Order: sequence, then C-alpha cells, then structure tokens
Amino acid sequence: MSFQPVKFYQTGTFTVGNRLLAPDQRSVQANMERTNSLNSGHRACQGCGEALGARYAIDAAMHATDKQMVAVNATGCLEVFSTPYPETSWQVPWIHSLFGNAAAVATGVSAALKVKRQKGVSGDVRVVAQGGDGGTTDIGFGCLSGMFERNDDVLYICYDNGGYMNTGIQRSSATPPAARTATTMPVGPEPGNPFGQGKFVPAIAMAHEIPYVATATVADLRDLEYKVRKAMTFRGARYIHILVPCPLGWGTASDETLRMSRLAKETGLFPVFEAERGELTHSTKIRRLLPVEEYLRPQKRFAHLFGKTPAVDTIARLQAIADKNIRKYDLLEKEAN
Amino acid sequence: MNKPFAITLDPGSSLANRTGTWRTERPVYVNRLPPCNNQCPAGEDIQGWLFHAESGNYEKAWQHLTKDNPFPAIMGRVCYHTCEGACNRANLDSAVGINSVERFLGDEAIKRKWKLVQPAAESGKHVLIVGGGPSGMSAAYHLRRLGHRVTVYEAGPMLGGMMRFGIPKYRLPREVLDAEMQRVVEMGVEVKLNAKVDNIQETMKAGNFDAAFLAVGAHIGKRTNIPAGAVSKIVDAVSVLRSMEGEEKPMLGRRVVVYGGGNTAIDVARTAKRMGAEPIIVYRRTRDKMPAHDFEVEEAMQEGVMIKWLSTIKKAGDASITVEKMELDANGFPQPTGEIETLEADSVVLALGQDVDLGLLEGVPGLEVTDGVVKVDANMMTGHAGIFAGGDMVPTERNITVGVGHGKKAAKNIDAWLRGITYVAPPKPPVATFERLNTWYYSDAPKTVRPMLDIIRRQSTFEEVQGGLDETNALFEARRCLSCGNCFECDNCYGVCPDNAVIKLGPGKGFQFNYDYCKGCGLCVSECPCGAINMVPENN
Amino acid sequence: MLKQIEGSHAVAEAVALCRPEVICAYPISPQTHIVEGIGEMVKAGEVQNCEFINVESEFAAMSVAIGSSAAGARTYTATASQGLLFMVEAVYNASGLGLPIVMTVANRAIGAPINIWNDHSDSISQRDSGWLQLFAETNQEALDLHIQAFKLAEELSLPVMVCMDGFILTHAYERVDIPTQEQVDAFLPPYEPRQVLDPADPVSIGAMVGPEAFAEVRYLEHEKQLRALGLIPKIAEEFKAGFGRDSGGLVRGYCLEDAETVVIAMGSVLGTIKDTVDEMREQGVKIGVLGIISFRPFPLEAVREALKGAKRIVVVEKAFSVGIGGVVATDVRTAMDGLSVKDYTVIAGLGGRPILKKSLRAIFDKALGDELPPLTFLDLDWNIVNKQLERERQKRRSGPVAENILRDVGSSHVAQHS
Repeated sequence: MSFQPVKFYQTGTFTVGNRLLAPDQRSVQANMERTNSLNSGHRACQGCGEALGARYAIDAAMHATDKQMVAVNATGCLEVFSTPYPETSWQVPWIHSLFGNAAAVATGVSAALKVKRQKGVSGDVRVVAQGGDGGTTDIGFGCLSGMFERNDDVLYICYDNGGYMNTGIQRSSATPPAARTATTMPVGPEPGNPFGQGKFVPAIAMAHEIPYVATATVADLRDLEYKVRKAMTFRGARYIHILVPCPLGWGTASDETLRMSRLAKETGLFPVFEAERGELTHSTKIRRLLPVEEYLRPQKRFAHLFGKTPAVDTIARLQAIADKNIRKYDLLEKEAN
Repeated sequence: MNKPFAITLDPGSSLANRTGTWRTERPVYVNRLPPCNNQCPAGEDIQGWLFHAESGNYEKAWQHLTKDNPFPAIMGRVCYHTCEGACNRANLDSAVGINSVERFLGDEAIKRKWKLVQPAAESGKHVLIVGGGPSGMSAAYHLRRLGHRVTVYEAGPMLGGMMRFGIPKYRLPREVLDAEMQRVVEMGVEVKLNAKVDNIQETMKAGNFDAAFLAVGAHIGKRTNIPAGAVSKIVDAVSVLRSMEGEEKPMLGRRVVVYGGGNTAIDVARTAKRMGAEPIIVYRRTRDKMPAHDFEVEEAMQEGVMIKWLSTIKKAGDASITVEKMELDANGFPQPTGEIETLEADSVVLALGQDVDLGLLEGVPGLEVTDGVVKVDANMMTGHAGIFAGGDMVPTERNITVGVGHGKKAAKNIDAWLRGITYVAPPKPPVATFERLNTWYYSDAPKTVRPMLDIIRRQSTFEEVQGGLDETNALFEARRCLSCGNCFECDNCYGVCPDNAVIKLGPGKGFQFNYDYCKGCGLCVSECPCGAINMVPENN
Repeated sequence: MLKQIEGSHAVAEAVALCRPEVICAYPISPQTHIVEGIGEMVKAGEVQNCEFINVESEFAAMSVAIGSSAAGARTYTATASQGLLFMVEAVYNASGLGLPIVMTVANRAIGAPINIWNDHSDSISQRDSGWLQLFAETNQEALDLHIQAFKLAEELSLPVMVCMDGFILTHAYERVDIPTQEQVDAFLPPYEPRQVLDPADPVSIGAMVGPEAFAEVRYLEHEKQLRALGLIPKIAEEFKAGFGRDSGGLVRGYCLEDAETVVIAMGSVLGTIKDTVDEMREQGVKIGVLGIISFRPFPLEAVREALKGAKRIVVVEKAFSVGIGGVVATDVRTAMDGLSVKDYTVIAGLGGRPILKKSLRAIFDKALGDELPPLTFLDLDWNIVNKQLERERQKRRSGPVAENILRDVGSSHVAQHS
C-alpha cells in the first residue's frame, strides 16, 4: 500500500506537523522528542538541503528502529560539516571510512551485527549508509552495486545535490544537463553540463531488483519519512535517493531550499516514486504542474540559459526530459471521469 | 569506551560550536492582524475562534467568539460578513465561510444551552441603556460582563429592535433572536419593555444611573414627496416590516411597488412576495449601483421579485403609478429622460431610508446633533459627559454588525469612564497580507455551500431561506482558515530548520528560536505558511 | 594434529580456529585457496556464527572488513599483489581508524608487466600504511602467525598483515601441526573491541582531523607499533607455552654466535639461505643468518643486537625501491647506525625468479672477499638488459619492453638449443 496522504486537515499532510492529527499520524519531525540525529552546531552552509535531508532521514530511521541503528557515511559535505574534530553532530553510532566505500562498510557493519544477533549478544540493530551523489553514483558506485546484488541488509540513502559541492562544485554523474559547474563551465558551443550523459541511480538500483527503491525530496517530509519507515520494514538492500538542493552549488538563496525541491518535483524534472523488486509501485503525483523554466530560472547554475537571448532550445530539451519523466513514472493525476 | 584520540568523538558534541555567530539576520515570530479580524465591524477575533473550531472544540470556539459578540446565531444569519470579502483564501480558491461557521456555533450554543460568562465581581455602578436592539443589547452584555448593573429601557414590546422589526423572519427566525436576547437577560441584565424614554436626563436622575448608552435606532421611515391621489396607498417599509411582527398583517394588495434600492427595499419586497403579492422594486439607478447586497438581490430575483432599474416614481394613482425612465450621467448620477411609463400598483412601499427619533435628547447640555444623528467622540461619548451613544443614531454605516460593534466599543469606554480613566485600544499590528503566505502548504478545499430552501417554499412561506452547516462541514469550513499572520502550530519552522535551531514549546505554547545555533538562513520564514515569522537585521 | 596439506589450507584452518565472525573474499592468485578453504568450512557449518561475504573487489573487501571490525566483529580477509594495491585507500583507512583486521598477503609481484609469481613488492609497498607486517618463513609459521596476529591486532587495536610467499608457501603441500580448538581458545580470548558502533553507547568514528591534532594521531599510531615491539615477543612466548613450538617473534637468528658475515632476509627464502649457510659453515666460513619476522614494526634494537659481532651483512630481499635499491636494507642500516659493518644488498627472486643456492653461494663468496658491489641484482641477464638498452638508444619507438625481452629470452633459448 502506498502512502495515503491526509486529505484535509487545514494543511493536510503538507506541513511538518498538524495539531489536528492524531499523535500516531504525526511526523517524526513534529515530535518534541525527535532524535535530532544530526545535532545543532554542525557546519553546513545556511539553508543546506543535505543537512536537512539527513536529519529527516536518520531521525525517521531512528524512529523506525527504536534507535537500534548504526549509520555509515561516505566522505563529502555531510561528513565534513558534521564531524570535524573535536566535535561531532551525530547522536547515532556513526562511522566514516572513505569516499567510495560507504555501501561496503555498511555491508560489513550489517554482517557483524547479524553475527552478534545470532550469538545473542545484541538485539536487532539495523544499518543505514549515506552519501552524496558523488560518493554514490560515481566513486562509490561499484561498492553500491555490489551491496545491491548481494542484497545485503543495508538501507543506502543518497543525498543528491547534483555535484561535488564539497570540493568546489564540480560535475558528477548526477549533475543535470546544462548546469554550470566548475568543470562544466557555461562556455563554448554547448555551455554547461552536456546533454546525453549522466545516470539516474534509482533506475539502476531497480535493475538490481532489490526489495525497495524510492526517491524523495526534502520538500515533502511526510513522503520522505514514510519511505524511510517503509524501507526499514524490508530485509535486504534498499535505496532511497533524496534530492537536496545546495544553495551554494545551485546559486539559490538560503531560504529557497525547499522551494527548489518542490519545483524540481512539480516540474517533473525529479520524479518521486517507489519501486519494489524492480517494479514501479507508486508515483507521487505532481500537484501543480509547472514548466521547467520555473525551476531553472531562480538557479544561478542555469543563469546562462536566461541571458539576453534565452536559450530556448536548451530549455526545450530540459522540458523534454521532464515530459519523459512524467510519462515514464506516471507523474500526473488521471483526470477523474 | 576507551576511544582513540581525535578520530572517535562523543555524540552530539557539536553543541559546543555556536553557529549562531554566522548570522547577519535573525528570524523573529510575529503576530499580524488577520484581514478578517481587521474587517469585522463587531471586532471579533474570527481567526481566534476558528482556531478552536478547527479542532472541533465548538464550545471553546463559541466562548472565544462571544467575548466580542454575544449573538453568533444572529450574526451567522444577518451579518453581511465583509470579513469574507477580506479573506485571503479568496485568492486561493474561495473565502472561508466564516459566517456559516459562526452560525453553526450560534446554533450549537442554543441547542446545547451554553451559557455566557457571568461577571466575576459587581462594580456597584449602574448603567442605563436606551434601546434593546443590537447595539443596546451588545452594550448591555459587555457592561454586565464587566460587572456593572445594567438596565435596558426598550420602547417596544420585545427585545431585538431592528433585528425584530427590520429583518424578516425568513432571514432571522424569531426563536433564534429570542434565545440570544434571553441569554443576555440571564446574565442579570434588567429589562423594561414598553418603556420609552422621553427625557434622558430625567430618566437617569430618577434611576440614579451612573452612565447611559443611547441606542434607539432609526425607526422612522423617510418619506418623499410623491404626488398622489387620495385613494393611493403609500406606506413606509419600516412600518410594513414592523407590522409583520404583530397580529395584524399589513394589507398591501396584489401589485406592490417598492421604492428604493437598499436592503430594506429587498426585505420588504421579499416579504410581500411571501404574502402572495407580486412585488416590483423601482430603483433609480442600475444593479451595480444598488446599495443592497448583491446576494440578496439575487435571492429576491430568484424568488420572483421584479426590479425596474433606472426609474423614479413621478406620481401615484389609485391603482397605478407613473414612472420616469432615468439615465446615468458621467458621474453615475441618474438624470431624468422624460420617458414616462405606467405601472399597476395596489400600494407603494417607500424604502428610502430611516430617521432617528431624537426626542429624548432635548435639552441635554453639550449634546450635539448633526444631520439627524448624534455626534459622538472617538470614545462613543456624546458632548454630555456620561452619556454615550451608538448604533443607527450616530453617524455610521447602518447594519446589525456595526451596531453590535458600537455596543462593545461603548461598553469598554463606559467601563473606563466609570473607573475615571480613558479607554485606549491596544495598537493594531499590521495586517497579514496574502503575499506573506506560503500557500503551498494549505490543502485544496473549495468553500462549502450552505443548503438553500426550496424555491417554492421560499416564495410562499417565511421559513428560513438559508440552511446551516452540519458538524462535518462546519469543521471542514473552519479548517479552511489559513490563520493569516499568526502561528497555528503547523511545526514547519520546527521541521525545516537545518540546524535544529527552533525549540518547540508544546501544544498551545508555540516556538522559540535558539539563536545559539540559528544561522539565519531564512528557511523558516519562507516556509511558514501563514507569514508569522519576519527576518530582521542583527543589531551588532 | 599433524596434517600434510597445502599452505593455503593450513592458513584457512588456522583462521577458522580463531573463530572469525566476518570474512570477505575476493579471488586473486595466489591467495585464492585460502578464502576458498574458509568459505567451504563456513558453508559446511564447521565455522559457526561467521558471515562469509563474496565481495566485488578488494577495495570492497577491505571496506567490508572496516565496517565489520568497527561493529565489533573479528574480521579476516586475504589478498595479494594488484588486489592489495586496489584496496590501498582502505588499507590506510583501517589502520588510521585502529581496526584490528587480520589479512593474509600471499606475496606476489606487482605489474606491469603483469606477473602472478612471488616476490615481496606488494606488502613492501604498504610498508608505511600503518599495518603491522609479519613474514612467515614456513607454512607452519604462517599457520601460527595467523593465530598470533589476531591476538596482537586486538590487543593493540591495529590491523596486521601476515605475509607468506605466494606459491612457494601457499601452494606447497607440507606437513603442519594444526592445533586443537581448545588450544586456540585458551590462547585467543573473544574479541573485546576498543571502540565499537553500539546504539547503547553511540560514538562517531572517523572524524575529520585538522592540523591541530593530526600529527598527534599519527604519533599515537607509531607509539602503538613501538609497543608491538614488546608485545610480539611476549605473544610468541605465550604461544610457545600453549602450543609447544617457536613461532613468530621479532627476528630469528641462525648460526649467529661467531658470525662475521650475516645474511638478512624475510620469508621462505630463509630456507634456501640457511641451506647455503650450512654448506659454507661446513667449510669453516663464519657466516650466519638473521630472519626478520616483524618487518613493521621494524625491530631496530633486536637487529642491532643480532649484528653486534658482524663485520659485514648481506641483505637478500624480494623487492626494491626503484631508483635507490633495497628497502629492508635501508631499515637494517638504520639499525646498525654507528656500527662499522660493511653492507651489501642483493635483490633476488623478483616476479618468481628462482633463488638458487648456487647463485647465493657465489654472491656470499664475493661478499666475503668484499668484492660485491653495494647493490646486486641476483642472476640478472645482462645480455637481455643491454640488448634492450641498445634498442632504445637506436630507436625511439623501440616497442614494449616486456615483449622485447620475452622475444630475446626466446631467441637466446633457441640459440642455446641449436
């Protein structure tokens, strides 16, 4: 059964909390006793989508596992801003090893915990691995695929901000076409990141036929929490890909992080869906369909598309990507008859 | 655990890092004036009582509402709910049906016999109220609530004033009116019926009153000079409506011409329709210039009331009238065209406005009357200390809600005056405008339409035209409120802060910023649905 | 129990007796038989409460090992050559995090040119990785060192590499004494981690450490290795008490009492060297042998002590630092600082080249006469080398070196046989 949004309680399921809902229907983030797994004092930039996404996801996982979990982190912004000696922001057992091995480290943790459980020296402790898009879709991809195909009992969460932001905004295989990065500058005949490159790891995860794959954004907290909670009901490899805007890398104001996430979803550029064992099981429908321009225009990384002579053709190509997503992932509500 | 140095750290230790120092701007919680509250002539805290209704606590909602206005069941029927015109939700889908929820609460209160709050202590002061209409009874309620002894002198045989003698039953059933009047009386308000005050100073002296509030209304129908034959029947609308309350119903004949374009004209025409007549309204301008509320015009027309636009009555015969066609000039004023027409008419009802009977004020020193109404200062006091006035007898827009508002305002000022001070209203915060909202967060929810009485019954009976909401849709309607400008505890700020820099204080207690860690990103401000957070520059 | 088995299987049995909890396996010759052996035992249920994970690369193998060790499991893996190099980033990480993983390195050359045979280039390349490196001389010692390695690693909270010569040991069938489970259990207590990922006591492992504390973290790692210099002999003593044989320790001398010439080496080549030395001793040459078991930490004191009476040393090593020469020799020289001892370095056995007694004898004889150059490549075919050098002088696009040499080797064989 897919996530059933609350139909009408003033703000329905859109806001973080809702005093009109029964306590068991409220979000983890609305709870006064939420874990704050990623504690205050971390050094993420103002309005960081990844910091937000990580707290949402790990708090939800902590809630789902009754705090019986271990987190594994790839190198990247999240790791750097959360654990510079002598302080850590994590309130969960947490390990960082390398950039490209989070999935494999998680496999190891999971295996160790399985043995401990078998021996009766510990209870059922679960593992969540997390990394940015670079650590997931590029350098960590081998380990990720290995973890998937072995169906190791790991939930891997990718916080996708579309580039290597920690090292100064370079292109990754998750950088969208046309986007400006330090290694895909808006110069030459095809400014920005080339079209026809990159990969969408959720689809690749589905190809592994693992028990559960989902995408989410930080703009839809309840959907995100639901997916983490659901992921924890499965054994085996699970993958959640969360779009987390980066104000620095995208060139957006720090207070626009959630708006950008919403626009990514509402334009169809970022499809939000769930899949089980390789099959699409649910898509979160677009609520108010918007042209991609609404999403692109506020971002400085796409500023070159909106110069004196707008790059109409490029915008149309991006629109075509959104249109394809809408078809492929069934993102529009069917007209009621 | 004997942890390795530096590479292994204690959980949550980053609290030592006060990221609040990064901030150049800080968020602050604000309260803004919701446009509905700002608009309400009775000064209701509409958003405040909707808040309780949203969680299904109707009694608390009603108690909150009646702090400002003791007559929700009446208001829910006769108030022209300009609040809904100001409602920000209209920009989203349609305005919140405030009036229908108010009526629901009022009806619930009558059904469940909820009581108004009794005064905590008696002040020992005695206030005279002249007139038991909306303004007088509102003042009586508020003064009583403040602990003063109150005596109402009503010239008529029943309480209600214009609510009884000016508003037809099909809009305000009398049992509703009686119930809400009675509830005020039950607070210990003394009432003298059929007690017309002829001289205010004498009455005050005789009764040893400490102050008086005059709210006699405007009950004298305005006449106009229409040349008429001896047999022609010309009556005024106020008289017609008043006589509907008595044993003897007015005899108007089959073809009734109503002259005028205000709400009273509509009321009298619809009343005539229900008595079996064929009413026709003659109005000198066009529909968009008509002072009557459009929905009433619409309902009247649905019921079969005819309207003759751009026409004035030149003269009245025994069974007909002569009208002249008008046209609007560049300034929108009607000008005669000379084009003449004859209409059949068994009677002509003049609905051209009302005057105040100011007889009781004669000889009161300092008291000033201008254009037939009493002059009052900002504190509702007349030129004579201790005598206050409100409602239709002072310069104002004349409707029930304004009257009720005057009653409340006068009560506060009388209370202050009795205690030897001057009432100063708390400053109004800026109005919560639509641009400050993040409407993404509100559910799509069109307005609930109240049921309407079947058209046949509307044309032939005095049953109430508009039905009420039931509990389910009242709740739905209440929950359509956007809570403009005031926190409604949606937890968004608490949730969307990437730095956990918002402290949730618990239900009903709201939130606090933890400036030790707030980096000033502004996400809470942008994602606050109701615009209850502002960014302000850091002072240092 | 005495058994005539392959070296790899001897190690597999030893590891199994250590009650490992997580084993990561990725095939690479000549290590493969070890993990195959353990895998079979796990699958058959002979090793219980153990997760055997077939990973997708050596990088993953070491990464999985990092995760499982940090979560408190006794963790083992094995690799060789390219595999070791492929996991290097994680190798450094494991030691940096102080995780007591035990890994067998079945020593093999590193390409290019690709070569599956034995030398020590792989482990030597990880000399500075922070891991302890123990070199086994025989299959029995390889077996014994694994049991000792878990104890050593877990006491120090540092990872240990047990290095054994690929093919020469891993694929050799020899008689070994396999201890009983009771013996091993008595020697090796259950793993009690120094730091662990535990929801009841959460910590963050793997913080970013800046200039303000990095040097201290590194020094502490060094200090732990220095502590190992005391611990290794102690564990070897305990081992002897429990198992009744000498195995491990820092160094092992042979005929050193009056030796004027001392040959120094690591691993299985010590056998051939000892045979050569035996012959020379019979002829009255005052020559002895010093085997180094603990390459990291390097036992400066023990080496210096052993070489006190020597006039000259010959370091025979199976790897070298291109551009300078011996690696072990450099460390030995550090140990001899201030002693007036002549030293010679002999690079031998690269890429599986047989180290013949005859060749060793010739080299040692030259050393005795102090006629040996400081750096010698044992049995280097100068003919081939010079031919290629000439070719390169003459023609810029002279072709791939390895292929040229293979051709030259072929033609010289043809010439010999014609």
